[in-house]
Parts: sequence; structure tokens; C-alpha cells
Amino acid sequence: MRTSFWLAGATVLALANPAFAGDTIKIGFVSTFSGPTAVIGNDMRNSFELALDHIGRKMGGKPVEVIYEDDGQKPDVGKQKTEKLIQSDKVDFIAGYIWSNVLLASLKPVVDSKTMMVIANAGPSQLAGELCSPYVFSTSWQNDQTPQAVGEYMNQKGVKSVFLIGPNYAAGKDMLAGVKSTFKGEIKGEEYTVWPSQLDFSAELSKARASGAASIFVFYPGAAGVQFLNQYAQAGLKAQMPLYTAFTIDELSLPLQKENALGVPGAQQWVNDLPNEANKKFVADYRKKYPGLRPTFYGAQSYDAAQLIASAVEAVKGDTSKKDEMKAAMEKANFKSVRGDFKFGKNHMPIQNFYLQDVVKEADGSLALKTVATIVKDSQDKYHEKCPMK
Amino acid sequence: MLLVVEQFLNGLQFGLLLFLLAAGLTLVFGIMDFVNLAHGSLYMMGAYFAATFVVWTDSFILGCVLALGATLLLGILLEFVALRHLYNRDHLDHVLATFGLILFFNDAVRLIWGPAGLALPLPPWLTVPFQIMPGVYYPAYRLAIIVVALVVALLLYFVVMRTRIGMLIRAGASNREMIGALGINIKLLYTLVFGLGAALAGLAGLMQAPILTVQIGMGENILILAFVIIVIGGIGSIRGAFLAAIFVGMIDTLGRAFLPDLLRQVLSSSAASTAAPALSSMLIYLLMAIVLVVRPEGLFPAGRR
Repeated sequence: MRTSFWLAGATVLALANPAFAGDTIKIGFVSTFSGPTAVIGNDMRNSFELALDHIGRKMGGKPVEVIYEDDGQKPDVGKQKTEKLIQSDKVDFIAGYIWSNVLLASLKPVVDSKTMMVIANAGPSQLAGELCSPYVFSTSWQNDQTPQAVGEYMNQKGVKSVFLIGPNYAAGKDMLAGVKSTFKGEIKGEEYTVWPSQLDFSAELSKARASGAASIFVFYPGAAGVQFLNQYAQAGLKAQMPLYTAFTIDELSLPLQKENALGVPGAQQWVNDLPNEANKKFVADYRKKYPGLRPTFYGAQSYDAAQLIASAVEAVKGDTSKKDEMKAAMEKANFKSVRGDFKFGKNHMPIQNFYLQDVVKEADGSLALKTVATIVKDSQDKYHEKCPMK
Repeated sequence: MLLVVEQFLNGLQFGLLLFLLAAGLTLVFGIMDFVNLAHGSLYMMGAYFAATFVVWTDSFILGCVLALGATLLLGILLEFVALRHLYNRDHLDHVLATFGLILFFNDAVRLIWGPAGLALPLPPWLTVPFQIMPGVYYPAYRLAIIVVALVVALLLYFVVMRTRIGMLIRAGASNREMIGALGINIKLLYTLVFGLGAALAGLAGLMQAPILTVQIGMGENILILAFVIIVIGGIGSIRGAFLAAIFVGMIDTLGRAFLPDLLRQVLSSSAASTAAPALSSMLIYLLMAIVLVVRPEGLFPAGRR
């Protein structure tokens, strides 16, 4: 009688206190798994799972459990799923997030509950600046960084003027701001389109042509990138106004963009042919595990996110209640990133290289992305000074 | 000035495409009194059929014709198997059942074609820009859409206004009980009308496919616009749908094209570029609200009940 009473008491305690229940490492992963952009979420999940395979599905000697949640590309749904992961699943880590607007909506419950967070894509400027937080890390970039690199490349090419087109949401504004901050030529105009519902860009393309700009810069992730390239080619602009892109051509959109993407440059911190050992293993094993698919930068960042989490859990030998020790371990970026070595800034955003990528035809006739050159070395986002963290 | 011409054509092209979608919807809603949320799924199926058949037959035109036939058959089949049993229920049941069909079609497509979507490449002769007047180039394919949609609109007008079938359709829109009482096979008429609506939606989908991508759920956003159009134009009225569709296409395109510049006159540049897309996407709904207040039956109601 007495023993069963104690047992019951212990069970109640164990259920109530997550530190007691901690014989598994619980990770919540929020991404988009439904709708037209579900292919991105799938690639992130595939890569995250592959990383877990590579580390033996254990961190600090404890088995890992991942709970995937679908944000449907909607900020309100993302916030709800984030709260669910924190409050009812009591996850040790929360990871994922493709969209900047979804992330910004979901950030408060994470920061308030002091949950450790690793962002695998979205990089709104606010997060690098005033909203930076001790337990929040990113394995991707700050939104402005990639288009900044594109702007640098356009300077190198001697482009005189540009017309900017992007979607009207947090990331779209950051992206266009990024190009504007480095591009030295004239900005002939800028247009924002309704996101994510607007898929016809005829009005914007007409304006771009009428502006007389020497080139066009766009940011259209996912299927919108396919549509933009289709319409750009059909408008006959390919010969008149060369296109420069950020996050518009990747391994998911390329099979649909086909010839339209040939010779259209973009910038990226990771390209599938980067020559480091970790990357070779990642790309080869991904293609083995998921036949017919190729990993994207979204996947590469998710793969790194899993490794970053593992490095933190190893450092505290599985005791995830030691958050400050985990934070200190993560700040060292002590793992073999598939992009090569990088450092964290004090705002927990990567300081990293950006490469010029181009679309080329492979020997078998299929199209692939290829690294052409390094555009900038050790680029740091321009918002880090606004971050109050030391 | 040249920009205005180009944007005008953009608006016309978008409006005509919306008309094809709205025409089917307004026929089905007006004549059969049936709310068909799955109309967007037929639009999607048209695009998927086209993307498949064009690859199979290696001919753009032939593939599109086959896709059109396939959507027509699919519409007839759908009416015969599922929707026929719902006519006597109320609108809420229609909404529930056809919403279920949206989910069904989305997952069926996911099973058959996979989640990644398809591309429908254009033949080379349609990818060159076309010079419509000195200095104004317009994508040949968009021009082709304008021509095809105008021809279809004329044909539809002829069928509805000048043929016996059209007379029955108009009669059905005005008074369903009476036409049944006069000994017309209303069941067959309904199947025909539904098939026609499906084929029109399929045509809109397959024509839009090379511009956009063929993907799951592509019909859902555009369906909302189609509903707005039939509300503005008057339910059951082809003429109303035509004028409202052109109107909505123009407002949407010209709003997107010129509102940012107008707003920049009064607001700061960055505030204007942020506010303009939001505002221009509201214009259509604003128009619908005004029409509902001034003429609740729409601009061109099909007839009195």
C-alpha cells in the first residue's frame, strides 16, 4: 500500500517535471508540410533525419525524438504549433522555420519559455538586431546577407542599374534592402507583390521593362520562383535585362524551371558541390537515402541544425537543464558544417562565406547548380550592432 | 503611354482567364442552384491533364485538346457519380460535399503525380515576344490566351443566345420548376451544363499552366476571385460574368501597376511600396461590397425567380 502510494507520487512528479522525464532528447521541428511549398519542408525533414542517422539517433547517450509540426506557411498557425510544442510536448529544442513572418510570430513563446532554438532558414533583420536572444541560434543567414552578396557580384560585373521585385512580407523587404545596401549602380524602381497569393507578375515585368533598367533582381522562394522565371522568359526579357536572383533557383525549383534557369546567377552560403568532406558525405548519402531527390540549401541548413543541437547536448552529457552550458557550447559552432567552417556573431547569426552559383548542364543532360566563385568572405549581417547581447 | 497599353493588355488577359473560370461557375450556380467549391479542382485537373498529355503526345495543341476532353468527361462523371445526389439538399450540404471533393482531388493528384508539381513548357513559337505596335512587345502566349478566350466567349454567347440548348439553359436559370413541368429532361440538361462548366474551368487551368506552375491547390485562390465575379456580375448571367471578369482583371492589374506610384505622391516611398500591394488586392473586394450594397442581385441578374 505504502509503496504504491510512493510510486504514484513519483509518477506524478515525473510527469509534472520535464527534468525528471528527460530520458529522451525531444526536438520540435516546425516547417511547411502542406500546400505548394511542402516540398521545402520535406527536404528539411529529410535532411534532419539524415543528420540523425549520421549521429546514430542519439545525443549525449540519450535517444532523440523529433516532433514535426506543419505551419501551413501561416504565421498564426506557426505560433500555435510552437506553443503546443513548448507547452504540451515540453520539447528541449525547437528548430526549423522557413518563413520570416512565421518565425517572427512564433518567437515570443520561445523566448519567454527560454526554450533552446535553432532556426534552419528564416533570417529576419529584427532577429539579428533588437530581437536577438541568448538561447536562439541560426544555422542559415540573416535575410540581407545573401542579396548583399548578389549586389557585390553585380558591382563586380559592372551592372549600371537594376529594377527590384520581391514579395511583400518580412523577408522580401529584407532581401531588397540587402541589394540596395551594396549595389552601387542606380535603383530604377522597386515593386512588392502580394505574398503568397500573387502568382502572375505581368504588371511588374511590364514596369521593369518600361523603367529602362539594365537588369532585374528578384527574390521568389519556392514555386513562385518557377512562375517568375517562366513569365520573365515568355516576356522576352532574357536577352534585354539579365536577371540576378536570391533564393529563387534551387534543387527543388530547377526541375521545373529547366532551360529558363540556365545562366541565371544567384548567391548562396551553401552549394551542393562545396568540396569539404562533411558536404560530400551529406550530398552522397542524401541521394542514396532519397532516390530521385537532391538536397537543397534548406536541407543543408537543417542538417547543420541537427549537428548544432547534438554538439550542445554532448557538451552537457544529455542534461538539457544546463541551458547556459549548452549556449556556451553552441556559440563555438563546434561541428563539421556542410558549408565549411563558420563562426557565430554575438547575435548568434553565422559569419560565413557567400558563393556565386550558376546553373549548368551536366554530362547526362540534367541541370545542376554549381559553385563558380567566392563573392564575399566572412560576411556578417549589418544588424548585429543593434543586438544588446554581449 | 506604351506602359499603359501593355498593362491594359495584362488586365484584359487576366480578366478573360477569370471569365472562363467564372462562366462555368455561374452556369452551375445559376441554373442548377448548386454551389460548387470543387470548380477550382477542375481547373487544377485541366492543368495536370494538359501537362501529362502534352508530354505523351509531344504536341502542345493536341495535348491541350485531349486535356480539354478529359476534363469534360471528368466533369460529367463527377456530376453523375457524386453531385447528382445533392441537388435536393441545401447549400450548406453542397459546400460541405464539394469542399470534401477539393480535399479528394488534392490528395488524388498527390498520389498520381506526386507533391512537387509539374511544368508545362511552351512550344518555341509561343515563347517569342510579339510586336503589337512600334515599341510595344507582348508575350505571344498571353496574346494567344486573349484570342482563345475571346473566341470561347463568343461561342458561348452564340450557344446560350442562339441555340435551343441555350434557350433551355436560359429558361433553367429563370425558372427551374417550369422547365421541368414542360417536359424537358432536366437531368440531362444538368449533366450537360456541369460538363460544360468543367470544360471551361479545365480550359482556364490548362491555359494558365505554362504561365504558372501546375501544382496542388492551384485552383483555390483563383476560385475566390471567380466567386467575386459571379456575385458582381449577377448569378447565372454569362454576360454579367464576362463584364465583371474584365472589370476585376483590369482593377487587379491596373491597381498593382499604378497604385504604388500614386501612393508615392502622398506617402514616403517605402510606406507606399508596402501599402500598395495590400491596398490593390483589397480593391476587388471593395468593388464587390459596393455592388452588394447598391445592387444586391449583381450588375446583370439572369432573371427573376
